[in-house]
Amino acid sequence: MRQPLLAFNDKGIYCARANVYLDPWRPVTNAIITHGHSDHARWGHKNYITHHQNVPIIKHRLGDISVTGKEWGETFSVNGVTFSLHPAGHIIGSSQVRVEYKGEVWVFTGDYKTEDDGIATPYEVVKCHTFITECTFGLPAFKWLPQDEVFKDINAWWAQNKAEGKTSVLFGYTLGKAQRLIKYLDTSIGKIYTHGAVENMTEVVRPIADLPHTTLITRETKKEEIAGNIVVAPPSAHGTPWIRRMAPYVTGSASGWMAFRGARRRRAIDRGFVLSDHCDWQGLLESIRATGCEKVISTHGYSDIFSAYLRDLGYDARTEHTQYEGETDEGESKTPAEKEEEEA
Amino acid sequence: MKNFAQLIKTLDTSNKTNVKVEALTEYFRHASDKDKVWTIAILSHRRPPRPVNTTLLRQWASELANIPLWLFEDSYHIVGDLAETIALVIPTTENQSDKSLSEYVEEMIVLKTKTEQEKREYLHHNWLSLNYYERFVFTKLITGSFRIGVSQKLMTRALARVTEMDEDILAHKLMGDWDPQRITFQKLVLDEKPADMLSKPYPFYLAYALEGEVQDLGNPNEWSAEHKWDGIRSQTILRNGQMYVWSRGEELVTDKYPEFQSFLNVIPDGTVIDGEILPWVENSVGSFNDLQTRIGRKTVSPALLKKVPVIIKAYDLLEWKGEDIRELPYEKRRELLEEMIDGVKDFNLPLQLSERISFKTWEDALREKERAREVRSEGLMFKRKDSPYLVGRKKGDWWKWKLDPYSIDAVLTYAMRGSGRRANLFTDYTFALWQDNENGEKELVTFAKAYSGLTDKEFRMVDDFIKKNTLERFGPVRSVTPKLVFEIGFEGIALSGRHKSGVATRFPRILRWRTDKTIEEANTIDDLKALIPH
Repeated sequence: MRQPLLAFNDKGIYCARANVYLDPWRPVTNAIITHGHSDHARWGHKNYITHHQNVPIIKHRLGDISVTGKEWGETFSVNGVTFSLHPAGHIIGSSQVRVEYKGEVWVFTGDYKTEDDGIATPYEVVKCHTFITECTFGLPAFKWLPQDEVFKDINAWWAQNKAEGKTSVLFGYTLGKAQRLIKYLDTSIGKIYTHGAVENMTEVVRPIADLPHTTLITRETKKEEIAGNIVVAPPSAHGTPWIRRMAPYVTGSASGWMAFRGARRRRAIDRGFVLSDHCDWQGLLESIRATGCEKVISTHGYSDIFSAYLRDLGYDARTEHTQYEGETDEGESKTPAEKEEEEA
Repeated sequence: MKNFAQLIKTLDTSNKTNVKVEALTEYFRHASDKDKVWTIAILSHRRPPRPVNTTLLRQWASELANIPLWLFEDSYHIVGDLAETIALVIPTTENQSDKSLSEYVEEMIVLKTKTEQEKREYLHHNWLSLNYYERFVFTKLITGSFRIGVSQKLMTRALARVTEMDEDILAHKLMGDWDPQRITFQKLVLDEKPADMLSKPYPFYLAYALEGEVQDLGNPNEWSAEHKWDGIRSQTILRNGQMYVWSRGEELVTDKYPEFQSFLNVIPDGTVIDGEILPWVENSVGSFNDLQTRIGRKTVSPALLKKVPVIIKAYDLLEWKGEDIRELPYEKRRELLEEMIDGVKDFNLPLQLSERISFKTWEDALREKERAREVRSEGLMFKRKDSPYLVGRKKGDWWKWKLDPYSIDAVLTYAMRGSGRRANLFTDYTFALWQDNENGEKELVTFAKAYSGLTDKEFRMVDDFIKKNTLERFGPVRSVTPKLVFEIGFEGIALSGRHKSGVATRFPRILRWRTDKTIEEANTIDDLKALIPH
């Protein structure tokens, strides 16, 4: 049997013919990186290749690295294998990786969502034979509402809190969700304040995304000034001394996990908004169908259940274990350094 | 239904008492009388009978969601709540219904008598005509497992605000055996009818656990002490030639304990006794395990009556000669109780006084507490001599001073996802101890399950360990690599033929995570057996 075009080893998803890894979790020579979240973009590779929108993001996170930025659809070949990046719609600069060799096409999604969020370049269907997909929310219990409806709820919540004399603290992970929230907050209600980790990342993204004005909370920021406004902070800020300065405040969290009553109650969040940067159940199934693939490999999420269902539907589906985590209960996974940064 | 669902959503969402009471008050202000009665019934666990079993619910929900049953089941294991799973997997449509809560509940009562086909149609129709949260509440009503974070106390407080009635009087009215299908709001809450009060128990006064040192209670002379018996807290009511026995869970249990019928015509009418129902085997207090064999039975066979006879150890007297004497000081009520029991001593009733312990110093009390296991009590109770009998759990006058639990170090071997706020986290654990098998090899034998005692942070860490160390999956249960050791505490222990370990423990829970111990250092089944009192 011929060696598969992409294989899963202890370092990542490997194309042996081209000696290239996709989102490797251990240091390698050549790494194609789908997006900036730390379970996908890790430290220590010799050469990074990613979409040019992602370049400033991973430089911000990983420091001085050797990185090449590519355009959507721009092809590059190594030893007969052709690679190209295609929009994944997950967060700004997030890509799927298309890999072709002698007419056989594989696509690795990284993380993706099918809804156009107005910031990330919208997800594009890429036809392939084998589709390597995440399935963070690969259960029929997950169904997202259109984001317009969710933001209507979020803004109504903010206005209500303001009317009651309270500050709204809204949690969303630093890269992606925070900017998506900031973009759609209704600034006619009040001002948007930010936690340091969110502000830093938002600054990095500003040149490529059109975002409203935000104000960083510093030691000098007065309590009275924040009152009634909204504060966007990473989930890890919940329950820290930092947040007590906002009192009286109400907390909200925007995450796919908020679909579960238990997840919200466990974190003692006052209000949960179901808003995810990943596909919901239908989103996953529709994308798989649209690619026209025969084989599906599920990486992270409810992959065993999801693969079993795909087999029921007639796909040749299996699960591979990776070190990707997707959206965890606590937010997108983070490196210890980022956790420190957020908690500082 | 819309208003009720909104109420439940607010109660379920907020963890602030005043927000909950405010939401309940608003709801009661606007709800129809019928809806009010059903809301009170539902929030005080008087649910309509379950019209459909959960096997059918799962099957019909997966049909409507157009997914295979196994996928529905797997989703349920992860979501952790059946009604929530059903509400999540079924799509929301445009056709919305605005039937009231009572209309729905009444339909559900009738539904019980319908054919399976009719039930299926009813559910499919209603699931599709409710929005997500209403669908969740509707299904919760069907499954009957309605547990949300609101105590009966909060509901009573809100109702007291709306009706401008006294909270304690209202609590009294809402106790007991009333049927939401027959009673009106006027009759249940508003009317003053002494005849209805005949069977009604008083709200129980509950003690807080002593937090600091016993010496902090001050002068020992101001306190009375007795053993804290380990049975069923009860109220025995004798009024108008009738007798009623209530358990603390507000359940009328008169029929389960026929031996107390002998109180009739001996103890005068107009008497209410607060006491503990205890197994009385061979002239001493039996174990809670003995009592357990009687709790579950609705009718009691003569053989069981003989095997596990019960008595009441009387703590307090709440009503005497038809007068509510709860306002009298404890000392005075005890005197009346002791006189009453002394007056009937020739009748050989299954009624005994829970004797007071004489102690001059706190050291005396400590010595008595150390005898607790010997006499099969859980520790001591302290009651302030001049205190009235209050309603509910109030700090200050009554304290329980429990023995430290038994404890043993055990190995985590299986895990299951929790439910409610722990849904989607592995929080329900099975623990094992070492035992030699027939080949003389050490093996781990299951001895208890526990799902409380860790902090949320610890639960997350253990959850993470379980996900990374799963050996095998059995439906919702996973076996995990034996690696983590926990100190397990429990209140009681007895030999048992029904447990693999040969031992039954009562109320096992995690005391702490022994990160300092390896599995080899965990205890053995023999260590556990050595704890059984002789």
